[in-house]
Amino acid sequence: MKYLASILGYGAYIPRFRIEAKEISRVHTGGAERAPVRQKSVPGPDEDSLTIAYEAARYALRRAGIDPSLVEALYVGSESPPYAVKPSATVIAEALGFSRKLYGIDMEFACKAGTTALISVAGLIGAGVIKYGMAIGTDTAQGSPGDELEYTAAAGAAAYLLGPATEKAAAYIEHVYSYVTDTPDFWRREGQKYPVHTFRFTGEPAYFHHIVSAAKGLMEETGLSPKDFKYVVFHQPNVKFPQRVAEMLGFSQEQLKPGLLSGDIGNTYAAASLIGLASTLDVAAPGDRILVVSFGSGAGSDAISLVVGNCIEEVRSRAPTVAKLVARAKIVDYAIYLKYRGMIER
Amino acid sequence: MRVGRVFIAGAGATSVDEHWHKSLRDLMREASLQAINDAGIEKKEIQAIYVSNMSSGYLQGQEHLGSLLATWLGIPGVAAVKVEAACGSGGAALHQAYLAVKSGVYDCVLVTGVEKMTDAVTSDVTSALVMAEDQEYVAFAGFSFVALNALVYRYYMKKYGARQEDIALFAVHDHKYAANNPLAQHQRPITLDEVLRSPIVADPIHLLESAPIGDGSAALVLCSEEKAAKLENRDVLLELAGSAVSTDVFSIHDREDPTTITATVKAVRKALGMASLEIKDVDLLEVHDAFTVLGVIHLEDLGFAKKGEGWRLLKEGQLEKDGDIPTNTMGGLKARGHPVGATGIYQVYDIVVQLRGEAGPNQVPNPEVGLAQNVGGVGGTVAVSVIKRVR
Amino acid sequence: MAFMRSVPRVWRERLKKYRLIKGQCRKCGKSFYPYRESCPACGSDEVESVKLPERGFVEVFSVVRNPPAEFADKAPYVVALVRLDDGTLVPAQITDVAPEEVYEGMRVEATLRKYREQGEKGIIEYGIKFRPVID
Repeated sequence: MKYLASILGYGAYIPRFRIEAKEISRVHTGGAERAPVRQKSVPGPDEDSLTIAYEAARYALRRAGIDPSLVEALYVGSESPPYAVKPSATVIAEALGFSRKLYGIDMEFACKAGTTALISVAGLIGAGVIKYGMAIGTDTAQGSPGDELEYTAAAGAAAYLLGPATEKAAAYIEHVYSYVTDTPDFWRREGQKYPVHTFRFTGEPAYFHHIVSAAKGLMEETGLSPKDFKYVVFHQPNVKFPQRVAEMLGFSQEQLKPGLLSGDIGNTYAAASLIGLASTLDVAAPGDRILVVSFGSGAGSDAISLVVGNCIEEVRSRAPTVAKLVARAKIVDYAIYLKYRGMIER
Repeated sequence: MRVGRVFIAGAGATSVDEHWHKSLRDLMREASLQAINDAGIEKKEIQAIYVSNMSSGYLQGQEHLGSLLATWLGIPGVAAVKVEAACGSGGAALHQAYLAVKSGVYDCVLVTGVEKMTDAVTSDVTSALVMAEDQEYVAFAGFSFVALNALVYRYYMKKYGARQEDIALFAVHDHKYAANNPLAQHQRPITLDEVLRSPIVADPIHLLESAPIGDGSAALVLCSEEKAAKLENRDVLLELAGSAVSTDVFSIHDREDPTTITATVKAVRKALGMASLEIKDVDLLEVHDAFTVLGVIHLEDLGFAKKGEGWRLLKEGQLEKDGDIPTNTMGGLKARGHPVGATGIYQVYDIVVQLRGEAGPNQVPNPEVGLAQNVGGVGGTVAVSVIKRVR
Repeated sequence: MAFMRSVPRVWRERLKKYRLIKGQCRKCGKSFYPYRESCPACGSDEVESVKLPERGFVEVFSVVRNPPAEFADKAPYVVALVRLDDGTLVPAQITDVAPEEVYEGMRVEATLRKYREQGEKGIIEYGIKFRPVID
């Protein structure tokens, strides 16, 4: 199979602060409610989805060892950009010194915007429009106070520096697939501060249907089956959904484990699948095949099949692993959480 | 025109206080008239006005203070400018006035320092003060002026093994003398314990180690030798014998040694040279102690102590009115007050009071030579003035 | 305040603020931050603009408890002089740490963060802060 593009560098970034689900539960339900994750990441008061993306991008550049002025694309997927109009891509590109001849844009498709950015940049490379490009998934998600999404709406970013399939690389993009329908499981209207979700409707008709459809679509087109993959990464709005969809599709929990982080950091939205992939690349060996299937409400799923390259160990060593970022945790209470999220101002 | 000597014919000052009822223009007019009357001259004899001020644009929305004062005094038509060098504006304006009279172009000029800080809330004043530093790279990073001085404090204690308890005595010293100065902003003596227990403004600087925010205006009338000879209203004749201004590398992080203000070293050498004097000839000193540690550093850079030893002078009582080098004997910046753009003129005013023998309980026995050191920013500009009693 | 609302001012300085660029004097070798055309040590106008290393240590720091108006809601925060690995000293905020966690000699790394906003409707001013190194 001819590869679409290569991954020359990858990077993830998770803000330092955490709030425990039991603390959120304490405030809103007197500790009665059980949460879908143990804790989630909280961005600091001087962070936003742009600065978090910058950190991930810088690690990706460091791993790739490429001169930033050669990077000719920056696609940033997010549903929480600091500006509704003015892309984060412009600031990140200038801050890191990318080429001014740049295919730059911010994109939105809920939690799948990061993987769509990745596919898009891979497409530019595969078509020979550019040589090197970067895709980022980043979010500082917000849940309405007291809503169950508040337990999981977290912050994080992951960035991928892509190049031609012919270069020596950390991994190769073998095949991509995408499945999209008009399914309103979760949305935010223009001007509204918080999104709305549809409780149990977000399960079977949304998350499960699209992930299964995309995964099956990719496997049909490639003739691959679950046993051909060493690892699998799914979008992770909580811990149970990815575990269940893995079972439904015939993947084992061992295949899922390295890329499942939501219990410790919450749902990082557009970054979630890409952070899961980074975490998997932190342990994978040359020749391993990885399947990534994201899910974005609205709804759609991207499926990406990757093969790990010979350079993985060398590339991995140049920046901190996801495990290090997860471990770098400082717990805050609900009051500090509100202050950091800008919900109580002086 | 020939190069001549410069004399201080008159001096005036308002108290330093939160002057809720007096505007900036009220204050500068009041001090100016006092100085003019003190000189025994008519207003119309003033040929040029130098106003020193740091933040009237930001805090009052008012620029063009030279012309404003000329009209407010009732003498529009004279030459007039505002001179600005952050908290060193006073000394810098005095230097311009000195040059004007020394050159012989003018016979009689007015220098008025004024600042009105209490029109704004503290955080706005904090913004105004940090304009003395690099706006884009230092103020932008959130530094307050106090925080920058706090870094100098840390460097100083580290480099010389000095203790905060010894340095903080400067505030106690200032308050002791301000208690006898009716113009001082704070006339209550304080203890070292109070200083060290006062809230931290920016670690390690305590509130009571920092000059207060206040309003005030001080003014001087300078005149030529010929003019001075015609003024008979006083036995004492004071000469502005030396006036020098020097600058240092603008930001402390760009300097070789953050505990030395080279602008002080250069300016004092120049000013004393002009007056044909040496440092040992100085009987009376006003240093710019916006923060206790800076007071100590200035003593060293002026040449009264070795680097790292300035605080010893405090401890050993050498700065007292009967010590080796009486310093800030009317309260200094900490207790007399520090209406920033006016401070340089207040320092000279305080020296004039002493040299005239009018300092009351604070009187230094028979002083002849006074030296004032006025600083802009963290030493970005330093102006040194040497005043000699000639009669 | 007019200068606080100025967009051109921010735009003009952005590369220096985003990328930690120093001036390196070709004549005397001194390096200083930020880049400027004339060397403060020897006066030469032959100054190169060079990217600074992104890691260093906290040489000296203070905690701002009474901030200027632009940072009124952010106190207390830590400001420091950071000695980068090439010897250049730069002023910056230290972030991702509580004030009591900062110490002289702490290893830090540059990061891009929000410094301030020109109000709710205005632009966001980003710049370099330093956070503890993640190894």
